[in-house]
Amino acid sequence: MTNQRARGDAAPVLELIDVQQVYGAGDTAVHALRGIDLAVHAGDYVAIMGPSGSGKSTLMNLLGCLDIASSGTYSLAGNNVATLSEAELARVRNQEIGFIFQSFNLVPRMSALANVELPLVYGGVKRTERRRRALEALDRVGLAHRSGHQPQELSGGQQQRVAIARALVGSPTLVLADEPTGNLDSESTEEILGIFDQLAGEGRTIVIITHEEHVAERSHRMLSVSDGLIVSDRATPHAPRAFPQGVLV
Amino acid sequence: MKTGDILLSALRGVTANKLRSVLTLLGVLIGVASVILLLAVGNGSAQTIRDSIANLGTDTVTVRASSTGGGGGPGATTSEGSTVKEITLTVSQQLAEAGLGHVEAVVPQVSTSLTASSTSTSSDSVSIIGTTPEYFDVSTSSIGTGESFTTEDVTTSAKVAVIGSELATTLFPTGSAVGQTITVDTVPFTVVGVLATQSSTGTDDPNTVVIAPITRIQKSFTGFGAVSSLLVQATDSDDVAAAEGEIGVMLDQLLGVGVDDTAPYTITNQTSLLETQAASADSFTVLLGVVAAISLLVGGIGVTNVMLVSVTERTKEIGIRKALGATRGAILGQFLAEAATLTMVGGILGVVVALIGANFEIYGTMPVVLGYSIPLALGVSVAIGVFFGVYPAGRAAAMRPIQALRAV
Repeated sequence: MTNQRARGDAAPVLELIDVQQVYGAGDTAVHALRGIDLAVHAGDYVAIMGPSGSGKSTLMNLLGCLDIASSGTYSLAGNNVATLSEAELARVRNQEIGFIFQSFNLVPRMSALANVELPLVYGGVKRTERRRRALEALDRVGLAHRSGHQPQELSGGQQQRVAIARALVGSPTLVLADEPTGNLDSESTEEILGIFDQLAGEGRTIVIITHEEHVAERSHRMLSVSDGLIVSDRATPHAPRAFPQGVLV
Repeated sequence: MKTGDILLSALRGVTANKLRSVLTLLGVLIGVASVILLLAVGNGSAQTIRDSIANLGTDTVTVRASSTGGGGGPGATTSEGSTVKEITLTVSQQLAEAGLGHVEAVVPQVSTSLTASSTSTSSDSVSIIGTTPEYFDVSTSSIGTGESFTTEDVTTSAKVAVIGSELATTLFPTGSAVGQTITVDTVPFTVVGVLATQSSTGTDDPNTVVIAPITRIQKSFTGFGAVSSLLVQATDSDDVAAAEGEIGVMLDQLLGVGVDDTAPYTITNQTSLLETQAASADSFTVLLGVVAAISLLVGGIGVTNVMLVSVTERTKEIGIRKALGATRGAILGQFLAEAATLTMVGGILGVVVALIGANFEIYGTMPVVLGYSIPLALGVSVAIGVFFGVYPAGRAAAMRPIQALRAV
């Protein structure tokens, strides 16, 4: 791994070795991913780009432990995902990953606060502690004053900020965002990207999947996926200086 | 995920679609209420019969001459060639004096049906009973006003009578019947007493009878042949069976019935008849219970239906929850708790409705709620909710998060 030069000898947060994903079998088999090698280190802010059908959503599902690869190895924070039981996978999704979806995916008819608390509920955190941390996370995204509102009472940008709060509240190893600005107007997009910039500045590991160039350019490292393969991997001007330029993994 | 959180989220799920929840709840409510109420109605009617058994007095048996021809009726020839005797007043006296261990009293009865009249009014045909004074101790009829006739009256065939309260009012609407004279058929009787009013249980209305010394009735109306029946009082209600046996043995001996002969009489136990009725009322209760249980089952299927729809509708929510780290158990628990909440609330409301309903008379029967029916109906309804909730909940829990998330 060439980019370990910049990060010392620390193990990558997530590492994919020859990951393939095949749907169906025989003549009708669809090779969504045809051998992905990727390492993301703590503090990276990575954007994965690609047109629809390129396999980037499949990759996102694998990274989020929502799906299991057909072959190859995927390690997240030292866990080989393929070997985990269903209960362990649930724990990994709960503790290691913070999801942000294109369609926000807040649970309807639950207040913003309750939505943000949800990962902590499944993590078994006590009620008072939960409340405190959820309010803190909502405050981070500037929505503490709307904690009692239900998703349908919030604008799209506000809903996505609640979703970000929910992704952050469990202090996950990896923040994983799937087209986070896809359903938002330019003003809200700017808000959301501003929050991601802050998070990156704090050293959070972020993987964002997008097909929008201007969104990807805000990251530190841009990957292009095409036909189930990573076709380019380069640092952006926002990358910290130590990051190597033009490395293809 | 803690129990409190599961319950909270279940409550949220139930209140999310109020109309649907209310309708489902109604199904369970009706099921539970009908189980409790129908069992109570059945139990109430059985209770009424049991009360009338207690009324009857449980320590008596009745001996009646069989009226079967051929076989072994009175006058038939026994296998030894001798003639079987009839049960006469003499036999009754012999039986009473035989010193049977479990027999307290033997009361002979003859009966017929005749009109009774006073100087002003006459009645329809009423039942005329000739008996001894012990009748008022042994049977459920007791003297209300005036007094009983005496053993002396029986010996002298006195023309005295005790009449039923309703008959007394019919014949003497203006004043007391005691001391007045009534005419039965053509024979005048002096009324010495009036029976206390009692509830009518059998075919004969005990409030319209004329009761007179047996010798007088035989002399004037029925002749000195066989008596109609013997009312036998056992020493205790527990000794009824023993008394029955003793009477049988003694009667066979007195009447000259051989071992191979059919007895020319039957001994009936008044209570056994009513116990049969009570038993049929009990099986009626079971029938009602089954019908009600079916409605409870239908209510349960309603819960399953709602849970299935709810799971389908909320597939995406399940996906989100799984993405946030919900385990299979947490999803299963959430949907099961929802099903249990629905049936529990419906069940409790059903119990309340049934308890209110039990205060009203239903088709002439006062429902008596069976204690066990409440926990039974409630338990069954929750069990049905959980049982039928398992399938939809299992389906929800088993979904792969990626599939669930893709749902619209």
